[in-house]
Amino acid sequence: MEGVFTQTLVSGILIGFIYALIAVGLTMIFGMMDIVNFAHGEYLMVAMYFAYWFFVLFGMDPLFSLPLVTVLLFLLGVITYYIFIRPIISAPMLSQIFVTFGILILLRGVAQYLWNADYRMIPQTLTSGNVSIFGVYTGVSQLIAAAGAVICNGLIFWFLKSTKLGMALEAVSEDKEAARLMGINSDRMFALAWGIGIATVGVAGGLLSSFYYVFPEVGSNFCLMAFVVVALGGFGSVPGAFIAGIIVGLVEVLSGYLIAPSLKFMFVLFLYLGVVFIRPQGFMGRK
Amino acid sequence: MKKGLFVFILFMCILAAVPLFLGDPFVCHILIMTMMYATMSIGWNVIGGYAGQVSFGNAAFFGVGAYTTAILLVNFSVNPWLGMLAGCVLSVGLAVVVGYPCFRLRGHYFAIATIAVGEIMVVIFTNWDYVGAAVGIYMPILEESFTNFEFHSSKIPYYYIILCMLVFAIAVSYIVEESRLGYYLRAIKDDPDGARSLGIDIQKYKMIAFSISAVLTSICGTFYGQYVLYIHPSSTMDLMMSIHLCIIALIGGIGKLFGPVIGAFVFIPLMELTRVYLGSEGQGIDMIIYSLLVIMIAIWRPQGLWALFSRGDK
Amino acid sequence: MSSDILIVDNVTKRFGGLTANADISFSIKEGEIIGLIGPNGAGKSTLFNCISCFYNADGGRIVFKGQEITRKDPESICRMGIGRTFQIVRTFKDMNVLENIMIGAFLRNPKRKDAQARSEEVAGVFRFTDKLYLKATSLTISEQKRLEVARVFATGPKVMLLDEMMAGLNIHEIKESVELVLRLREMGITLVLVEHVMEGIMPIANRIVVLDYGEKIAEGTPDEVVNNEKVIEAYFGKKYAKRRENKTRIQ
Repeated sequence: MEGVFTQTLVSGILIGFIYALIAVGLTMIFGMMDIVNFAHGEYLMVAMYFAYWFFVLFGMDPLFSLPLVTVLLFLLGVITYYIFIRPIISAPMLSQIFVTFGILILLRGVAQYLWNADYRMIPQTLTSGNVSIFGVYTGVSQLIAAAGAVICNGLIFWFLKSTKLGMALEAVSEDKEAARLMGINSDRMFALAWGIGIATVGVAGGLLSSFYYVFPEVGSNFCLMAFVVVALGGFGSVPGAFIAGIIVGLVEVLSGYLIAPSLKFMFVLFLYLGVVFIRPQGFMGRK
Repeated sequence: MKKGLFVFILFMCILAAVPLFLGDPFVCHILIMTMMYATMSIGWNVIGGYAGQVSFGNAAFFGVGAYTTAILLVNFSVNPWLGMLAGCVLSVGLAVVVGYPCFRLRGHYFAIATIAVGEIMVVIFTNWDYVGAAVGIYMPILEESFTNFEFHSSKIPYYYIILCMLVFAIAVSYIVEESRLGYYLRAIKDDPDGARSLGIDIQKYKMIAFSISAVLTSICGTFYGQYVLYIHPSSTMDLMMSIHLCIIALIGGIGKLFGPVIGAFVFIPLMELTRVYLGSEGQGIDMIIYSLLVIMIAIWRPQGLWALFSRGDK
Repeated sequence: MSSDILIVDNVTKRFGGLTANADISFSIKEGEIIGLIGPNGAGKSTLFNCISCFYNADGGRIVFKGQEITRKDPESICRMGIGRTFQIVRTFKDMNVLENIMIGAFLRNPKRKDAQARSEEVAGVFRFTDKLYLKATSLTISEQKRLEVARVFATGPKVMLLDEMMAGLNIHEIKESVELVLRLREMGITLVLVEHVMEGIMPIANRIVVLDYGEKIAEGTPDEVVNNEKVIEAYFGKKYAKRRENKTRIQ
């Protein structure tokens, strides 16, 4: 019994790392331009389909196609910014919500058209199989995905705190006007934020594709999870998202284990409501 | 406004006359769906348009309306019309319970909270055996009559019932718009702190608006259950349905009386026709078309199509 | 004491470690015009927000017509008869002038017709009669500030708190505002004005309250206040105050 419990905890933490990675992009974009990307989960879905395509068309393992998927998603993010987001940057919130919702439906529609509604999965990957570490069994794919998510999160954090470009990004999110006076082109920074934000979700999608089904609506649950993570960690906070990701992962698996698996999603949503009612700025948010 | 009233009456007369000339059940079905969505979208418009509180959870009221009526009918043989009333009461109850904490949240937080509430409802209903869980509920087949709210030989009675509901919704929306409530809601949308400084209890008025929204959506839930005679969680409270309500209002004109009506008459036929004519190989095309429409309207014409008709006004 | 319509009693407001208002006390008689002045960041707006209950004071009491209002909310304050404007214009952007005033007028006139009639009257007082159907945003800043006052006036206040209504206006417009304030007093309204524009407030205020770094440093008639050492120091710095002191001593 105790073994199962540990097993559950570990799987919660592992999936939590992925949630954190998905949420990082969301929180970055929100922190910089006060826009919630409701289509965030759909980019995850696109990344998973890309990985699936690379496998079907060229026989590439998701692990090898990961860099390609990431680059593609980066470009997709930048393109999204220039085509859809730039025109509404100072529009009323309603327009912003509808544009990102429009993108959500657009990407789902494209996915349905190209791949129809079937559930697809990459059958055999290099990382298939299980390992046992200190008596805890886990899938190799899950382990690698979690490790990848941690590394990627770390890279983002390092990038924002220690590189010139990253600091410029942070400066824009702190104060657009001041950043402009310092000669930072905020338009380019926004594009970069979308690029990086979507690329991180691309990494998450690539990693997930080795052990998770792909279907046009796959993004919606992950996206809601990411909202919860972002709310918990504080809108705009990268380290907050990391810790909150683990918490959300744990809440999900524990409520599934202790109460009922079919209700676990509900508990995570209650967690969101609880957080925003008690402390709308999140537990590690600024302001 | 006189001219507007004339156009409105003319339009309603045409709608009322349609079944006399067009007996085709498919056309009838599309118009019924269009009017149903128009009614619900008017409901959404009261909270989302006038008051500016973007709710992505309105389908929950549809679900409550449909389920309340169904449960009362199946388990207690309560007449569906009474069930409709009960559904409204429960929907208002839900609106108050959800609205009280949620209305303290602003902007995105509120929008996401309504998504969360809607999804929680789906999870609950999918796992609740008493309400049929994921399978849903079949209505008992009763003798067809207005009292029983069931008609099997023709869709036309349903057509007139939903037309009445639409007229009712437009009337309610008109009264809201012209009264103190409507002015206050617009003030709250524009500048909540400014509104408070003028003595407006913004929580209270948001709640009233949300309750009206809930009622208009809930009656459609009852109607849908009686029309299709089978309900299940994903047909009555799906997030996509909530989103469609907002999209319809957006296309027609958010915060405008006839915005949702225009939006529904553009959106629902477009959806239904693309779905039918493109068939299964065109799966997804309907979504691509209307998502592009939504994006273009949100970027270039946030006032919606209504603005095309009313260039002279205000 | 009985004629004091508004009493601010030891009001303290803190934001984290920063004390924006420290033990501020003064009282206002019915029909007075009070000027609230002080350098930037002195805590004037915070105090305004405390009186209008947009913030709840951490300490002290605020009493309006004998009733404590310290912990109430902005909407009840307005209903009780204290109206306020904002430093940055906040007219309702999507509404025209008449509708803006109607939002205020609805408070005492729930029926739309009555509210509209009342608003047209108010518009007359504030010289908006020929601009009723213009969008609020198409007005000049000066007009928008006046519209904000009109909107608050329409709620039927006993006390009006006007936050920098003269800031950014030209000399002509300042003169107009001054006349407007005097007119409001004639109509029996007690006024508290936060101002930077001294030539606007000094001639009309019965008393001036001066804040600096969150504390009240002086209170008195305009003449008393301009000659107060502490006030001069706060506005022009220690050096200037010293020099001035020396000068007067020599004289």
